[in-house]
Amino acid sequence: MANYYQPEIETMPYDQLRQLQNERLVKQVRHVWDNVPYYRKKMEEKGLTPEDIQSVDDLHKLPFLTKADLRDAYPYGLMGKPKSECVRIHSTSGTTGKRVMAFYTQHDIDLWEDCCARAIVAAGGTKEDVLHVSYGYGLFTGGMGLHGGGHKVGCLTLPMSSGNTDRQLQFMEDLGSTILCCTPSYAAYLAESIHERGLQDKIHLKAGIFGAEAWSEDMRRDIENKLGIKAYDIFGLTELSGPGVSFECEEQTGMHINEDHFIAEIIDPDTGEVLPEGTKGELVFTSLTKEAFPLLRYRTRDICVLSRKKCSCGRTFVKMAKPMGRSDDMLIIRGVNVFPSQIETVLMQQGYAANYQIIVDRVNNSDTFEVMVEMTPDMFSDSLAKVARAEKELVGALKSMLGIAAKVKLVAPKSITRSEGKAVRVIDKRKI
Amino acid sequence: MNIYQISVFLENKAGKLAEVTKLLADSNVDIRAISIAETAEYGLARLIVDDAPKASSILLQHGDMISMTPVWAVEVPDRPGGLYELLTALAEAHVNVEYMYSLFTHREGCAYMVMRIADEPKFLSTLGDRGIKLMTMEELGLK
Ligand SMILES: [Zn+2]
Repeated sequence: MANYYQPEIETMPYDQLRQLQNERLVKQVRHVWDNVPYYRKKMEEKGLTPEDIQSVDDLHKLPFLTKADLRDAYPYGLMGKPKSECVRIHSTSGTTGKRVMAFYTQHDIDLWEDCCARAIVAAGGTKEDVLHVSYGYGLFTGGMGLHGGGHKVGCLTLPMSSGNTDRQLQFMEDLGSTILCCTPSYAAYLAESIHERGLQDKIHLKAGIFGAEAWSEDMRRDIENKLGIKAYDIFGLTELSGPGVSFECEEQTGMHINEDHFIAEIIDPDTGEVLPEGTKGELVFTSLTKEAFPLLRYRTRDICVLSRKKCSCGRTFVKMAKPMGRSDDMLIIRGVNVFPSQIETVLMQQGYAANYQIIVDRVNNSDTFEVMVEMTPDMFSDSLAKVARAEKELVGALKSMLGIAAKVKLVAPKSITRSEGKAVRVIDKRKI
Repeated sequence: MNIYQISVFLENKAGKLAEVTKLLADSNVDIRAISIAETAEYGLARLIVDDAPKASSILLQHGDMISMTPVWAVEVPDRPGGLYELLTALAEAHVNVEYMYSLFTHREGCAYMVMRIADEPKFLSTLGDRGIKLMTMEELGLK
């Protein structure tokens, strides 16, 4: 099976790929130096000129960019092209200061859509498919990214956007949608709805491309079973373009990074030192081809592992594991890395409010780990046995996500302390 | 012929129940019966009050988690063996009592038990057969 959109690139021998990256990196550093004074200043502070970067081996010399830089340079400070050359803006949600604004030339959009097309083809998509895009359309990159990819592949593309479940199911049934693109939680919700309405036999999905939020392997199997599909993970960041920075192949053992457009590094989040392949650390991306928003060594804060182990699909692109969470939030409990975002994901999946507090302590040289969760009114009933059962289910779900057991305590709504309106998520008494 | 019970979720935290009773007292709500259920981690107060709609809106506004449950108020003769006769009748008919507690109200040789029953049709027919009286909200002066 030749599930490639651009086989000559996706299966390019490693030395050739490296050569391509070397050439593109040199060119990109020159582009940034000439057009992004903000980054040029950072290079100058380190005594660097573009001549110091001759190949990917020199990449580690370059300064990092962080979220703080994006904030400092907001909104136009990191643009590599004049506004007149740009044709689109996308943005993350989030309040001012946290919001990321990214710019695109037509060329940038073209390459981004190629990346999404690769993901669609890797999920078995062809021009015969009906691509049902239920990611949000608008400032969010999900909808328009997969939409553009669908056009490139030649799929009959349905710009459904999110919400209005009745209409989603109606279109799925009437038009025979074959590939669903949305967030995993929405896919789980649609799967539920299909079962509730007994529509299983009328839905003809074969694959799903799900991303933009954390999801567990259990959740994947559940969605696959309920919808009778194969579910593929996809990764991206608005800062880098959007979905399609990396995507899963049929092996489902990590996402291939589109290395002709992005170089990935794993660094120690504390020292900034580059770590060898297979080590867990913070994921850093350098965009090689982006014109309008050309980020070099951008620290994603995602904790991740890379693997160049040969993949059965034939792609030579390095694979990244599903990000395990944010570097700045990571807790180590009984030797296991725990991220608050993982706990949040479980709570959402189980129907709780994402208002929780993690309390870690050390008693008799061993870590204690408690999660306080606010009950929701529809979960409470006149029976403590039901409360205990809900607690037990939550304990089980947390254990399967985190790999270690947490003690769960259900508390009344609004009882978790909020300081200045923002909840304190983690209390680590080991540090006090 | 049900009466309504308010269940309030109590974290096992000192003073939580006092807080709930103070809220009701401040609004002039009279507590007619109370029962506490608890496990090591959680507690639950079951209340019969004279004005359940008012009490529930006060508790909700305060941010408490509550649920309203239909329960039965059964008249029991206020003499030795009165409760025994009722429970024997239910046991013989294989009616399980989930929980029960007594109302503070006493009247003319009668006491009242609040009961939560799973198999209600069987419960009602047993009471009917034995001539045991169920109390209505009006009879107990409850809103
Ligand atoms: Zn592969």
